[in-house]
Amino acid sequence: MHLQVSNVCKSFGRGSNAKLVLDQVSFSLESGDFKALVGSSGSGKSTVMRLIAGLDQPSSGVISMDGQPVRGPGSDRGMVFQKYSLYPWLTAAENVAFGMQLQGRSKQEVRERTSYFLDVVGLADSARRMPRELSGGMQQRVAIARALAAEPKLLLLDEPFGALDIQIRESMQEFLHELWRQTGLTALLITHDLEEALLLASEVHIMAPSPGRIVRTVKVDLDRRDMAHLRVSQPFLELREDLARSLRGLEPAGVR
Amino acid sequence: MDRRSWINEPWLLGAAGVAVVLILWSLITSTGAVDKLFLPSPAAVLSAGQQQAQAGLLWRDFTASVGRVFGGFALSAAVALPLGIAMGSNVVICRLLEPLMGLIRYMPAPAFIPLLIIYFGLGELPKVLLIFIGTVFFNTLMIMDAVKFVPRELIETALTLGGRGLPILTRVVTPYIAPQVLDAYRINMASAWNLVIVAELVAATEGLGKRISLAQRFLRTDEIFLGLIVVGLIGLAIDLSFRLLMRRTCSWAN
Ligand SMILES: Nc1ncnc2c1ncn2[C@@H]1O[C@H](COP(=O)(O)OP(=O)(O)OP(=O)(O)O)[C@@H](O)[C@H]1O
Ligand SMILES: [Mg+2]
Repeated sequence: MHLQVSNVCKSFGRGSNAKLVLDQVSFSLESGDFKALVGSSGSGKSTVMRLIAGLDQPSSGVISMDGQPVRGPGSDRGMVFQKYSLYPWLTAAENVAFGMQLQGRSKQEVRERTSYFLDVVGLADSARRMPRELSGGMQQRVAIARALAAEPKLLLLDEPFGALDIQIRESMQEFLHELWRQTGLTALLITHDLEEALLLASEVHIMAPSPGRIVRTVKVDLDRRDMAHLRVSQPFLELREDLARSLRGLEPAGVR
Repeated sequence: MDRRSWINEPWLLGAAGVAVVLILWSLITSTGAVDKLFLPSPAAVLSAGQQQAQAGLLWRDFTASVGRVFGGFALSAAVALPLGIAMGSNVVICRLLEPLMGLIRYMPAPAFIPLLIIYFGLGELPKVLLIFIGTVFFNTLMIMDAVKFVPRELIETALTLGGRGLPILTRVVTPYIAPQVLDAYRINMASAWNLVIVAELVAATEGLGKRISLAQRFLRTDEIFLGLIVVGLIGLAIDLSFRLLMRRTCSWAN
């Protein structure tokens, strides 16, 4: 898998109302990568994600998957939204099975993969529960299982833990890291939480608003075996402080 | 325990309200202060009911009216569901049809009766069509609105899972709007009942509305009361069945 985002610009509206939301965004992603986009609200993170997912089209520039330009949404790019997007009329298991059914997989395969992925996210016991009976964290784990079960080459995570409280957030971050280690998934994570990005991603792109653009890219090379320890380790804190400073210093391009 | 917990029993209070009216009604009629012709006693209405039931009239009127309502409304519901979904999910179809429907919707359906009689005579068809005309636009527009409020994430999730076109309409949009559709049907069913009675008052050989207009001709207020009560009870039963159906099939939405 090779995702290439090249010189992507996006503006919304027409004529004098046009608003440039993304300006010359470029980056790439290889199989097994876990990268993150960090930026304040309105810096265009979700817009980048929607363009990659094919839910919207760039105004200029190209996004390609394995050399093929992205023209629309497809099951090779799975997505998990910030807001809970489980189907409220389906049980946890039926939600996980949903994508595979749309893909026309055999009943047998759907059943096996459903219980496998519920197991992976630690919710085998909750298979028959309805979304409203699940906590926010559990709902997001079901959403992740649903996305993974459809076998995407790339998982797009748009602030998946943004609505969760801090304790659950931390345990979900550990869960996601474990998941990445075990399944070798390829993921692009959006977050406005620097700590989250640094804990999970091997490369972090910092985005600035008005217009949205990547202003800094950092390789993160940290020992992630003990996450609780990592959170308070010196190199981690230094890196976080460094990036936090550059995030704070960001002004809209026009204002400088 | 709370002494006033019976207040929280919804059925009990409702039944009490009905009972009070019934008691007042019998008290007023038993004093003889009001002319029987003006206000018949509950007993008189009941015996009118017995008479009509024994003569087989009640059942025949009941099936005639209910049949028309169900026929017309089933047609309306069956047309409104796909049409409302199409309008709610497709901008072109919506722009094409919404102004037209918005206009026709405000034409009072009973005003179509003369036309329908000229076109289709006095048989069942014009009555069924009247109910269809009187409810299909409301059903469609309410379903359209429900479709427009399906959260974008739910549809986009299906797209990123490999979903396309029709499966998204049948597997995401339709289940999501099911509770609102049932509610729209429940609400518009009331107009279907209004319309069938109006149609029967104008032109019919049997039916609950026809019975009421015949009763007026012979000054049988007891039969008029009977007709009104029967219509009310059927409407209530339909309303409750829709609520029950909703609770059974859409428990996730409560
Ligand atoms: N469909 C749209 N039409 C017009 N403007 C839009 C649209 N989508 C996004 N925008 C604008 O683009 C800018 C970036 O939005 P985007 O949602 O990508 O930001 P974000 O970085 O994801 O922010 P947040 O952290 O709040 O989610 C915002 O100013 C927003 O108003
Ligand atoms: Mg966003």
